[in-house]
Amino acid sequence: MYKIAVIGDKDSIYGFATLGLETFPVQSPEEGARILNELAHTEYAIIYITESLQEQIRETVERYREEHLPAIIPIPGVSNNTGRGIADVKRMVEKAVGSDIIFGA
Amino acid sequence: MAGKKQVNPTRMELTKQKKKLATAIRGHKLLKDKRDELMRQFLDLVRENRALRERVEAGIQSANKDFVLARAGMDDEVVNAAFMAPRQSVQLEADTKNIMSVDVPVFRFRTRTANENDIYSYGYAFTSADLDGAVSNLSGVLQDMLKLAEVEKSCQLMASEIEKTRRRVNALEHVMIPEAQENIKYIQMKLDENERSTQIRLMKVKDMMLEEAHHYKERRDQAN
Repeated sequence: MYKIAVIGDKDSIYGFATLGLETFPVQSPEEGARILNELAHTEYAIIYITESLQEQIRETVERYREEHLPAIIPIPGVSNNTGRGIADVKRMVEKAVGSDIIFGA
Repeated sequence: MAGKKQVNPTRMELTKQKKKLATAIRGHKLLKDKRDELMRQFLDLVRENRALRERVEAGIQSANKDFVLARAGMDDEVVNAAFMAPRQSVQLEADTKNIMSVDVPVFRFRTRTANENDIYSYGYAFTSADLDGAVSNLSGVLQDMLKLAEVEKSCQLMASEIEKTRRRVNALEHVMIPEAQENIKYIQMKLDENERSTQIRLMKVKDMMLEEAHHYKERRDQAN
C-alpha cells in the first residue's frame, strides 16, 4: 500500500487534505528538500510538489527522476508559478527525440 | 582512421574482427528497432501527458483562486479546524508494466467514499462558500492528477531509456562498425601483401637455384 504526499507552501496545498492526500507544508527550500528526501525513502509513491518549490530544490528532485518510484509531479501553487511543469514535459521530449516536435516552435 | 589501435594482421584476428562486425551489425539493427518502437510509444504517451497536465493545471488553478478567496474571508483557526480530519482517503497501489524493457509504474487507487458529496470535512456554519467550490473543484481533478502522475513518470523513465538506446545505436553505427570494417580491410590487405611477397621470394629462389644448376649465364657469355 502506498501513500500520496503534497509538498509546498501552506496556502497552495492545504486543500488537498480533503481529498485524502497527505499535506506537508514547508517554510523554506531546505526544509522542502529534507522532507522530500524523507518521503521518497518511505512508502510515498506519488509526491506532488508546487512549481515554485520544485524550482528551488531542482537537484533533489532530479535525483529521483530515473528511479522507478516515487513519481514527483509539479503542480501549480497559488503564487510564483513558473510553468515548470509543462516546461519539463517539453524538456523530456527534447531529451528523447533530440528536438521538440510536440509543442512546436 | 586517426588514432586507431593497431591490430595484429593474422588470420585469427581477422576471424575475430569479422565476428565482431557481424555481432555489431545485428545489435545495431535490434537496437534501432527498439529505439523506433520506444519512440512511437513515447510520443503517444507524451501527447497524453500534455493533455492531462493542461487539464490538471487548469483545475488546480481555478481551485486555488477559490482557496485564496476562502482564506481571505476566514481565520486561520477556522481553516485549520476545517481540514483537521479529512473524510476522504485514497488508497494507492502501485504495479509495474513493461513497455519495451522499461518498467513503468501503474497506479490503482480506491477512495474511501465513492460519494462525491461526502468529501467536505467540515460543517458549513463557519466556512465560506468559496471553500466548498474549491474543494469540489479539486476533487474533480483528483482522478486526472493520479493519471498524470502515472503518465508523467512513465514518460520520464522512457525518455531516459530512449536517450540511452540512441547513444548505443550511434556508438555502434559511427564507431564500432566502421572500426571493425577498417580493421578487416587492413588485415586483409596485409595478408595479401605477405602472400605476394612470399610468392616473389619463391620465384627468386627458384631462379637462383636453376642458375646454380645449369649455369645459364656462363653459357650465354661463352656463346657471345
